[in-house]
Amino acid sequence: MAFFLETLIGGLMAGMLYSLVALGFVLIFKASGVFNFAQGAMVLFAALAMARFSEWIPGWLGVANPIIANILAFIIAALIMFVVAWLIERLVLRHLVNQEGATLLMATLGIAYFLEGVGQTIFGSDIYKIDVGMPKDPVLMLESVFEGGILINKEDFYAALIAAALVAALALFFQKTGTGRALRAVADDHQAAQSIGIPLNRIWVIVWCVAGIVALVAGIIWGSKLGVQFSLATVALRALPVVILGGLTSVPGAIVGGLIIGVGEKLSEVYLGPLVGGGIEIWFAYMLALVFLLFRPQGLFGEKIIDRV
Amino acid sequence: MKLRKLALTASLAAIGLSSALTAYAQAKEQFFPVLVYRTGAYGPNGTPWANGYVDYLKLVNARGGINGVKLSFEECEFGYATDRGVECYERLKGKHGGGTVFQPLSTGVTFALTEKAAVDKIPLITAGYGRSESQNGAVFTWNFPLLGTYWVGADVLIQHIAKKEGGYDKLKGKKIALVYHDSPYGKEPIALLEERARMHGFNLQLLPVAHPGVEQKATWLQIRQNRPDFVLLWGWGVMNSTSLKEAQATGFPRDKMYGIWWAGAEPDVKDVGDGAKGYNAVALQHGAEPNSAVVKEVLEKLHGKGQGTGPKEEVGSVLYMRGMISAMLGVEGVAQAQTRYGKGKVMTGEQVRWGLENLNLDQKKLDAIGFAGVMRPVQTSCLDHMGSSWARIHTWNGSKWEFSSDWYQADEKVIRPMVMLTSAKYAEEKKITPRTPEQCKQ
Repeated sequence: MAFFLETLIGGLMAGMLYSLVALGFVLIFKASGVFNFAQGAMVLFAALAMARFSEWIPGWLGVANPIIANILAFIIAALIMFVVAWLIERLVLRHLVNQEGATLLMATLGIAYFLEGVGQTIFGSDIYKIDVGMPKDPVLMLESVFEGGILINKEDFYAALIAAALVAALALFFQKTGTGRALRAVADDHQAAQSIGIPLNRIWVIVWCVAGIVALVAGIIWGSKLGVQFSLATVALRALPVVILGGLTSVPGAIVGGLIIGVGEKLSEVYLGPLVGGGIEIWFAYMLALVFLLFRPQGLFGEKIIDRV
Repeated sequence: MKLRKLALTASLAAIGLSSALTAYAQAKEQFFPVLVYRTGAYGPNGTPWANGYVDYLKLVNARGGINGVKLSFEECEFGYATDRGVECYERLKGKHGGGTVFQPLSTGVTFALTEKAAVDKIPLITAGYGRSESQNGAVFTWNFPLLGTYWVGADVLIQHIAKKEGGYDKLKGKKIALVYHDSPYGKEPIALLEERARMHGFNLQLLPVAHPGVEQKATWLQIRQNRPDFVLLWGWGVMNSTSLKEAQATGFPRDKMYGIWWAGAEPDVKDVGDGAKGYNAVALQHGAEPNSAVVKEVLEKLHGKGQGTGPKEEVGSVLYMRGMISAMLGVEGVAQAQTRYGKGKVMTGEQVRWGLENLNLDQKKLDAIGFAGVMRPVQTSCLDHMGSSWARIHTWNGSKWEFSSDWYQADEKVIRPMVMLTSAKYAEEKKITPRTPEQCKQ
């Protein structure tokens, strides 16, 4: 029982981190109808900027305190992500207004390759460290209830808390602010939103900026766990089944989808993996998402699309 | 008019002469195709290897070439993807008079090229990787797993663990988990470990990790549940540091973890720092060798003149040294071939194969080329394409790798029958008639 609980909790915490990356997809899709394949590359790019500036700043400015260095690096990395967002809108999206979804998807695919290449050219392709003081050692809980207790990874726990806080803040932003409502209006219909005076270009810059910040936070958390290197870009692939399952237009969907995928893949690897030779968690996540799609093609929380024939 | 004719004739003569000189220069260059992965998930590990490889080729040129024959090289980036590796091979094999030798630094690409290399008559050096049974030169005529195979690495690790435990009999009932990259590379040691498990009565648990290896929580939960006595790590790239971080997060002692030589370099541990303290790995003879003569020569003749390939600080690190040694083995194969087919001449792939089959890097030779203390002598033969089966253990002390054991030699009594059996199966499957010792003498 203790082991089952450990696996379950581990899955929930991993799922929360998947939700964070999935949120980047959802944000941009909600606001612009673009399936942003570059979200993983943005995570890598932001994490590289954060890692390298936190390394360079003490030497440049003589700042010995790592907290100050990290804060300065965060601000610079956030500014860089704003510039990236502005450039994407200016150079790519502005020219593709009202184009087919597939065209926009291909454009983001190009952005992904560009960011991966440029990121590694500017910041290097080695493994870099982000140290934001996350505890690395585990803690044992409920030792009096279960023999040997339940082991909780403190780093995963804090990461899940940060992810949850960010997700909650974004949910509020979408539901309760004027900009959030404008974002949703743009997502529903570009032309209708424009006709009532919503500035499409500004909205797109805003949403890509927000997605950039989400990517930065995800990059810091994943980078702190795994080290900052190219594989961070593949983290986005972990979030794809989450958005398939949760629905592309739903923030709660990203959260619930993340938790289901996180728990599903861990339980499957631990309990089913040994029966089939192991290493199944990656494809199992996709399979789980596909099974859900059989029953709800729009995802758990996605909007049902009804077109007039 | 006469003047114009004279100028035209002189120009044509100059063009003709320069073309002839270029052709001569090309003919005197030995071409080394270099398959690299400086980008992608495995770039942090592939880059120092590639830098060491290229730096050694440059160093040989700075020394005057191989008996006067200068080396040329061209890189092809394949991102550790097997299909792109094969594409790079096809692109480079015929360039600049033909590739001398290929070193793909990928077991997957080695599997894919094994049959192609035989057709194209180009040797494949796979120092420390590739197919373990390719040690048998009677069947694998063009493969050279010089210095060691994964069976050698796995065997030495079990020998070391047994020694630490107080003898092979103490392994009975113990649990050893293999956390491996779910690829041909990661699966390669399983046969040897199963054989050793059968011999000594330990339980072997197999835990595959999917590429690129960043998601291992479920794997380490299983380790926590099964509580193995030792974990063997057969990872590459980010998988290694992720394993060490997960070990820390689940409280598995790092000094009970042993990696293969591709999981025992600076990129695997530097991000983990103190969290990896006590972690061990089998070394493919060498470790980090910043004080070796060859490193000092590279720093002086290349980096001192701004001609080094990567950052100066990387020179002498574990994977940089592996790249240098790999290049050195190829170069010495050419040098050995020249002793038979003509000094100062460009060698063909077939001639280089003879050189690699008759490699004799004794201590005197190693000292002369700057590898004193870095590695042991290597001697190959037509039937033994490995040349050496010695290894030792090094341990991460939190800031650098330090040797922590004496030398071990892989047990031929265990490995040889496996090599013969598996290579015989391969020969039967591919309809290859193995070479006899008599054929080897020709």
